[in-house]
Amino acid sequence: MEETIISPDGTQEYFINMGPQHPSTHGVLRLVLTLDGEIIEKVEPHLGYIHRSIEKMCEKDNYRQIIHLTDRMDYLSAHMNNHAVSLAIENALEVEIPDRAKYIRVIMDELTRISSHTLWWGVMGMDLGAITSFLYGFRDHEYITEIFEETCGARLTMNYNVPGGVMFDIHPNFVKHVKDFIADFKTKLPEYDTLLSGNVIFLERTKGIGILTKEDAISFGVTGPAGRASGFSNDVRKKEPYGIYDQLDFKEILYTDGDTYSRYKARIDEMWESIKIIEQLIDNIPEGDFQAKTRKVIKLPKGEFYQKVETARGELGVYIVSDGKMNPYRMKFRSPGFSNLSALDRMARGGKIADLVAIMSTLDLVVPDIDR
Amino acid sequence: MSAIGNYFRSIFSGLKTLFQGMAVTGYYFRNARKEIITQQYPDNKDTLRMYDRFRGIVVMPHDENNLHACTGCSACEIACPNGSIEIIAPRVVDPETGKKKKVINQHIYHYSMCTLCNLCILSCPTEAIVMDQTFEHAVYDRSLLTQILNKPGSSLNPNVKE
Ligand code: SF4
Ligand code: SF4
Repeated sequence: MEETIISPDGTQEYFINMGPQHPSTHGVLRLVLTLDGEIIEKVEPHLGYIHRSIEKMCEKDNYRQIIHLTDRMDYLSAHMNNHAVSLAIENALEVEIPDRAKYIRVIMDELTRISSHTLWWGVMGMDLGAITSFLYGFRDHEYITEIFEETCGARLTMNYNVPGGVMFDIHPNFVKHVKDFIADFKTKLPEYDTLLSGNVIFLERTKGIGILTKEDAISFGVTGPAGRASGFSNDVRKKEPYGIYDQLDFKEILYTDGDTYSRYKARIDEMWESIKIIEQLIDNIPEGDFQAKTRKVIKLPKGEFYQKVETARGELGVYIVSDGKMNPYRMKFRSPGFSNLSALDRMARGGKIADLVAIMSTLDLVVPDIDR
Repeated sequence: MSAIGNYFRSIFSGLKTLFQGMAVTGYYFRNARKEIITQQYPDNKDTLRMYDRFRGIVVMPHDENNLHACTGCSACEIACPNGSIEIIAPRVVDPETGKKKKVINQHIYHYSMCTLCNLCILSCPTEAIVMDQTFEHAVYDRSLLTQILNKPGSSLNPNVKE
């Protein structure tokens, strides 16, 4: 029996399990909450319920095969994960990839970001009790999924990047469909604001809740929109541009409040920026190869290689240690979700259980990413 | 600002945002025909076409004479990250040239272990296997997910260059 602490007024703090099968944890994440009444005193995440040892599996696979495993980490940012590994391999091999592939990759990345954020928006509304928003969010998410399906052949786990470029050329309809989507989405995104952003109930539940200071964001390594909402400028696309991000005109979204509402706003604004990026690229995809020639059997030179990209959740780092063989000696992913989760305790302390749900939604946790 | 004033103000702004939200719902209610996006699956099964590149399952096409293009080279087996493909291709003596060469006996495909990554299709030198666009693959017994892709009695298309 665990010892219970009874305070002088006769009340006692108690422990409650949130998850692993709790709908608002969006996956099998178990949080052990220490509560005083409804006030949260401590949040302790317990991981391991969906651990698939992806890093270990990478060690047995060759460099072409690794990429398809990364789809399954943060499945809502599958293209960015693929992109990160491909870039790491390309940098190590020192191959120059064709411009066409670079353009396609960035367009795909930004489409993924929009699709991830639309889904997040819908789910966030649902977590806070607004069921309709889920349907609206999913509608736009599905539109992009269809575009992916047409060009890449799969809806979620695309495995579209290969070392040296992309797997197939874009589908003949791709440009038209993306343009249709952008035109459509520009009329749909203001709806998001009408439905949630201005809603009083929503504002009451998000403003001033779960504040993360800039110092905490930096010390916990909270990246992505969650970190930028606290004023921590960390956009990898700006800081260490990869692909063709250095030639593009877009803003890094920064807020300073660090509360749940800022994190929400940061993501909504990011969608507008992504639209801007896609509009700059979609008409100018250069002609040419979509894949650089690489050897059939890829062997990386001895050494360590690191590449980071900005996924929909934050900074994803790929670290490859190579001993010159066909498969990596060690592979490590620095996943954004894991670091973002670590700040949850700091943000939720002193709040109510209902606030915890709101905070978790704006952290946008994808559990397979936390628990590779 | 008095507390009472605040109280009423929040009620009014609450109502206002409520109606704004309802207006969005109302728009879709009125324009249901234009904005409809759902499909009536499975009622539309006959007309439902998946995209050409859709990856549903690995299959080996055979022509009308039961000929396929698989030479038994094992490239797909090596390319597969999950060990979903097993090639049984013993070396037999070619009666014409007298040389030993691989002939496919069984191309075994474990759908239960396949992640539909497309690497096997890319690796095949003769395009003997392709992705099919079907997507309803639920079965009652796990063993049914292991398939032999080359049909019984089939043989290599003689036009295929190795
Ligand atoms: S699609 Fe991928 S996992 Fe499936 S058999 Fe081919 S190589 Fe293996
Ligand atoms: S399917 Fe293609 S790659 Fe696989 S054994 Fe046959 S010819 Fe070789």
